[in-house]
Amino acid sequence: MKDFIIPWDDDRDLGTPAKTGAPVTLSVDGVEVTVPAGTSVMRAAALAGIGVPKLCATDSLEAFGSCRLCVVEIEGRRGTPASCTTPVAPGMVVRTQSEKVKKIRRGVMELYISDHPLDCLTCAANGDCELQDMAGAVGLRDVRYEAPENAALANHVTPRNTSGEANPLWQAKDESNPYFTYDPSKCIVCNRCVRACEEVQGTFALTIEGRGFDSRVKAGGPLDDFLSSDCVSCGACVQACPTATLQEKSVIELGTPERSVITTCAYCGVGCSFKAELNGDELVRMVPHKHGEANRGHSCVKGRFAWGYASHPDRILHPMIRDSIDEPWREVSWEEAIGFAAARLRGLQEKHGRKSIGVITSSRCTNEETFLVQKLARGVFLNNNTDTCARVCHSPTGYGLGQAFGTSAGTQNFDSVEQSDVVLVIGANPTDGHPVFGSRLKKRLRQGAKLIVIDPRRIDLVKTPHVEAAHHLALRPGTNVAVVTAMAHVIVTEGLYDEAFIRERCDWDEFQEYAAFVSDPRHAPEAVEALTGVPAEELRATARTFATGGNGAIYYGLGVTEHSQGSTTVMGIANLAMLTGNIGREGVGVNPLRGQNNVQGSCDMGSFPHELPGYRHVKNADVRAIFEQAWGVEIDPEPGLRINNMLDAATSGQFKGLYCQGEDILQSDPDTRHVAAGLAAMECVIVHDLFLNETANYAHVFLPGSTFLEKDGTFTNAERRINRVRRVMAPRNGYADWEITQLLANAMGAGWSYAHPSEIMAEIAATTPGFANVNYEMLEERGSVQWPCNDDTPDGSPIMHVDGFVRGKGRFMITEYVATEERTGPRFPLLLTTGRILSQYNVGAQTRRTENTVWHQEDVLEIHPHDAETRGITEGDWVKLASRSGETSLRATLTDRVSPGVVYTTFHHPGTQANVITTDFSDWATNCPEYKVTAVQVSPSNGPTAWQEDYEDRARRARRVLPAAE
Amino acid sequence: MSPDKLVRMANQIATFFHSQPGQDQAERVAGHLKDFWGPEMREELKVYAQKGHDKDLDVLVRRALPMI
Repeated sequence: MKDFIIPWDDDRDLGTPAKTGAPVTLSVDGVEVTVPAGTSVMRAAALAGIGVPKLCATDSLEAFGSCRLCVVEIEGRRGTPASCTTPVAPGMVVRTQSEKVKKIRRGVMELYISDHPLDCLTCAANGDCELQDMAGAVGLRDVRYEAPENAALANHVTPRNTSGEANPLWQAKDESNPYFTYDPSKCIVCNRCVRACEEVQGTFALTIEGRGFDSRVKAGGPLDDFLSSDCVSCGACVQACPTATLQEKSVIELGTPERSVITTCAYCGVGCSFKAELNGDELVRMVPHKHGEANRGHSCVKGRFAWGYASHPDRILHPMIRDSIDEPWREVSWEEAIGFAAARLRGLQEKHGRKSIGVITSSRCTNEETFLVQKLARGVFLNNNTDTCARVCHSPTGYGLGQAFGTSAGTQNFDSVEQSDVVLVIGANPTDGHPVFGSRLKKRLRQGAKLIVIDPRRIDLVKTPHVEAAHHLALRPGTNVAVVTAMAHVIVTEGLYDEAFIRERCDWDEFQEYAAFVSDPRHAPEAVEALTGVPAEELRATARTFATGGNGAIYYGLGVTEHSQGSTTVMGIANLAMLTGNIGREGVGVNPLRGQNNVQGSCDMGSFPHELPGYRHVKNADVRAIFEQAWGVEIDPEPGLRINNMLDAATSGQFKGLYCQGEDILQSDPDTRHVAAGLAAMECVIVHDLFLNETANYAHVFLPGSTFLEKDGTFTNAERRINRVRRVMAPRNGYADWEITQLLANAMGAGWSYAHPSEIMAEIAATTPGFANVNYEMLEERGSVQWPCNDDTPDGSPIMHVDGFVRGKGRFMITEYVATEERTGPRFPLLLTTGRILSQYNVGAQTRRTENTVWHQEDVLEIHPHDAETRGITEGDWVKLASRSGETSLRATLTDRVSPGVVYTTFHHPGTQANVITTDFSDWATNCPEYKVTAVQVSPSNGPTAWQEDYEDRARRARRVLPAAE
Repeated sequence: MSPDKLVRMANQIATFFHSQPGQDQAERVAGHLKDFWGPEMREELKVYAQKGHDKDLDVLVRRALPMI
């Protein structure tokens, strides 16, 4: 029995949202309570421990006042006001129970129930239905209303009358959405779903059609169902629904869950908190946790619904080995697989040297697992050959922000957006890639904040219901630096910079040099217009809006980093923030939107070959000493190999063995042929993953992984928030991933003895200053914390660089535009850029194994109608997409979201092989691949290319598994 | 690693530091190479330059070579 309530675990619905006014004291049923001004009487009552019956109110939505169930009496006021819409006042005396209000409530309930089916015992919401609860709470004992004899049926509940005639008011269930159903017969038209779609999600897909007794919830237009409407399946409406009208199909199938565990989503870098609700060890549903500080009770289609991959039949549950990659796999015991892998790796080191093997850590795995994998390289392999998939997404963020501010991380928490006045989104697509943050941003934009979008493509945010960008700069791919520098030119030459901030917080001499640089007329918007394709006047207006519009916040994504000048653009963004004084308080800042759940964490944990945990270079003897003492080994003072260097070194015969945890480098890394050649040249490739991914086609050892539901640990999201991942069921493969790494390390002689990930976190805290005060007990108590969390900032750091930059003075860096070497020409006249779609995630290994495929079965090529017409391409045609690296085929869709000269696709499906096309050009500082700019040609085609067919065939052969030996 | 790629990567780094103010650009190129390239890659670059290919390399890379 629970005898106390953990504050962040109190899930009571207080009826209306929290307010922030001055304290007001009132009395509710004789209980005195003090709440902020603006709070509703209903919420004040709830905070005093008194629940007022309600149906249309819920604390995720503004009060609506339609159900009239929450009426109360207030001394000195006439009538019975609705407690949800009545704000508190000083000295107010409220009575929530009186004969008068009880009678009203019973009357209201009687009317509701008269048009509601009474199939409670067989209803999917039985036991989880607010209508049922309220009928009980108001003491409804009788329903007197019936349809009059010989008249038409006057209800929405009965499909046919007793003569078998159809009831025109009855509507069938809409089961078109793969994850939830809409049953109009159970709807009480409380509007909560419609309001959730507007206020929380911001999609406006739902409405109420008809009036009075004819009112119905409707998705989209007259001919739409839920699937064909604008609905993005975020689940906010299902969450808000008080009855079984909107109900998860998993609950209909499995029954109401009986226990729940709070954990963290393993999809994008927003890091939403969820309650995993279960029966026994069977997951029934994932519901967003209302006290999750990243998501504040919201979710997207991936986290909320797309978890079916965890029990997909493709999942590999037994370790497998093979001597060479042309053989079929053999299922073996864990002992044999680990022994085989360890012997091979040690053998390679003996024959080819200490540095001939390495690891790739995963941005999908936990901090603790990542820490162990890099420790395996540094402490057991005794080299620094460790890299992570963050290499191919946000490594320029690490370098660029490190140079400018002194640390590699976003400066804000997500709540900060609620205080922003101008939001600059550059090279990111939040409504698809980071949907829950996208919703929070849209909410702020609907309140009047201005939006600037810098993106070659017209992303949804540019124009979406009740949101329209003040400026959209549809720049030519590859010209980010020119555009950002031109904005700085306008800000400096027009005197719009924040001199006081710069004098106080930045190096004034460096600013002088920078100001002289950007003031040069060659950086003027007019001078770069021909290059960037952005009209000079529009660029000037954009710069003025950003510099003068109040709190300016910058959010950026891989459209910034994945370029030859990715690091330079990150510095340019930091320059803009410092120029305008937009650092160090709420509502401002520089915010990299991280792609995967633990990109931030994998970078923090020392996954990069040149730095130990906490972004400290391996060349520093004092830092090495900390780990040498903790681990009892000598740490190599020289940087190791990065992913692309490993592959290069493999091709030339120096690099022979790789342990790759939770990343599919063959599909996700650029220039697939080069990756395949590198992998094929290695003698021991160990893939540790949930599925036989594309990389596993070249593997000798397959170690089955565990899902986020099956292990303990922590993820660190894009706002540096360390969130707990909690084991809700036993690992189906037998071991959590950290245990598997430990088995491998120990088979190589490491002698590790971690019994629980909390012990790994203790080691992280002991060795890494930013994590010094982080431990599992604290995370249990607080829910989450944002690093740095140490004696200086014991409560963590929601906002960074508040009183000064981590490096001391902020550093302005000169950002000269340099054209990428990847250029268009007569053979390859178009520029390809790549991105994501809402329903799929990364290489799709998880989401392709869920019903999310109903929204996106294949990658398609977006092409401007003008470019399509000159090539004879029509909607849905197969087209060949060719670059200097390779060619592939996919279907085309014609859209003016992309400008003429630009084409766009996603990379979620291995069949498309988008990375056959991308080149091996990369960021100058970090070698982050240039995914976002590839010169291509598009031509009509009959179907898949020979490479694709060949690849399919090879993949099929590489995935053969021999039956287990007796 | 293919020499072309090595040269391209080194020259990209030099291009950035050319744009930076101060007199220590070659030192900063050397610093970047030491911080982010493993010793094997640095050695390969040196060997490549010694084989008479140093004209492919940016002047800052050439000046940085003795420092890596």
